[in-house]
Amino acid sequence: MIDSSLKDIAAALRDRKVSAVELATESLARIEARNPKVNAFVTVDREGALTAARAADQRIAAGTAGPLTGIPLAHKDVFCTEGVRTTCGSKMLANFVSPYDAHVVTLLRQAGAVMVGKTNMDEFAMGSSNENSHFGPTRNPWHTDTVPGGSSGGSAAAVAARLVPIATGTDTGGSIRQPASLCGITGIKPTYGTVSRYGMIAYASSLDQGGAFGYSAEDCALLLSAMSGHDPRDSTSLERDTEDYSAALDKPLAGLRVGLPTEFFAAGMSDDVRAAVDAAIAEYRKLGATTVEVSLPNARLAIPAYYVIAPAEASSNLSRFDGVRYGHRAADYSDLNDMYCKSRAQGFGDEVKRRILVGTYVLSHGYYDAYYIKAQKLRRLIANDFQAAFQKCDVIASPVSPSVAFGIGEKSGDPVQMYLSDIYTIAVNLAGLPALSHPAGFGSGDLPVGLQLIGNYFGEARLLNAAHQFQQVTDWHARVPAGF
Amino acid sequence: MSLSLDEVRHIAKLARIELADGEAEATQSKLNGIFGLIEEMQAVNTDGVEPMSHPQELAQRLREDAVTESNRRNTFQNVAPQTEAGLYLVPKVIE
Repeated sequence: MIDSSLKDIAAALRDRKVSAVELATESLARIEARNPKVNAFVTVDREGALTAARAADQRIAAGTAGPLTGIPLAHKDVFCTEGVRTTCGSKMLANFVSPYDAHVVTLLRQAGAVMVGKTNMDEFAMGSSNENSHFGPTRNPWHTDTVPGGSSGGSAAAVAARLVPIATGTDTGGSIRQPASLCGITGIKPTYGTVSRYGMIAYASSLDQGGAFGYSAEDCALLLSAMSGHDPRDSTSLERDTEDYSAALDKPLAGLRVGLPTEFFAAGMSDDVRAAVDAAIAEYRKLGATTVEVSLPNARLAIPAYYVIAPAEASSNLSRFDGVRYGHRAADYSDLNDMYCKSRAQGFGDEVKRRILVGTYVLSHGYYDAYYIKAQKLRRLIANDFQAAFQKCDVIASPVSPSVAFGIGEKSGDPVQMYLSDIYTIAVNLAGLPALSHPAGFGSGDLPVGLQLIGNYFGEARLLNAAHQFQQVTDWHARVPAGF
Repeated sequence: MSLSLDEVRHIAKLARIELADGEAEATQSKLNGIFGLIEEMQAVNTDGVEPMSHPQELAQRLREDAVTESNRRNTFQNVAPQTEAGLYLVPKVIE
């Protein structure tokens, strides 16, 4: 049953063809059988899931169920969950049990969704392959020698392996869209400020944004609707009314103007990705969309600007991990400063340390203007490019990742090569725009290829509408990896 | 630009991350790779461009100056490495 759409699962629950307890049990059994192959989960909460499922069944019996009541779900381990360990993929927090829930966790609990566990991720959401996890790499269900993408790779692999129908993620530079693409599922990052960051462990606060993974755009719309909304506890949460992202899914695409950025279709993308992306765009034309060439001349600067802004914010955010109030503390040290230095050296992995060091340098005396301010100026130019493009189009289509899933170990020795794999996704975060990735075909090694759709601010409903219409005439999103 | 070994050690000190002997060289080479990427920024003329600190340029909200949280000291200290009598324990700072 958990291979079905949320709509079908909700109908089956309503008609008493299945119970929430049965769904949770099915999900837990699949995790037990299949997780050893993919390592998508860091923590499984069997007791909590069954308790939540029993409560969901009571709500269904009482006739007060919502669209997510009784649906099994997994949270990326960046979201704090009261009473259930939250590790953020780090040794630093390997034994951390949060005293409170993230806002997203509260909202989805109130919606009656049944959390079965917490998913693996690159440590502190820093990475594009899930190899930077203290709990070992997550493997891509389509080919377990390849990466699932990152940093929300555990959530993407869990959905792709049909362990849960939906999962949460976060996206700072592509961390929802790239794993969605590499794992052949749908994932959306909304406009910055749509999803509360309260209780979402901070990496780069001006870029971090929560979002949704599912089998389809229709399922992502349901999950995103439930996890969005103003939260006074996050000072960057937007004061807007909550939106029903499902309302406009059925709108025909006739007249939709799809912008194709020249710079994103130049050299750099592999041939198999190009073929799938071109075919998907042709499909959109068949659905009545028109295409227009647009230009994002400063987008090439997104990676350099990002690797100043994100590490700078990370070095500040991660200074809280000092071995005093929570997290890892070294066993032996000579004084307070030595305790900080050893606790942090032992608790953080290599990539996290590198980004903290880069951030510390660019924020240090004498370098602030040359790096941080410069990067923020480029950020403005990048955001302006998008606004100019949206004068000519309603949505922008592009590849998500320059290649299909790469091999485990292939790029992990070279940070710069790893960073370049986010070339098509990072500009969106700098501008704070919404974007999704949906399955668009398969490339070399029979590995999935995704298409990125970028919208203007608050354009989530239009993006999900376009992807939903695409998914009415294609079945890429319905393909399931062999053995799962 | 490229960072010297001394600069790498200095940044690590500022960041409160111990670098073991022999670790500094490997870190230096990786950081210089990253800074090579970052340096591409400097070729762009950004004169007169207003820095963008945040995607939504909103003013910070104000709230009533009222107590909204309850005292949950025990709960919060449960996750601390070392506490005693409601206090966080750290090595002696003042002799």
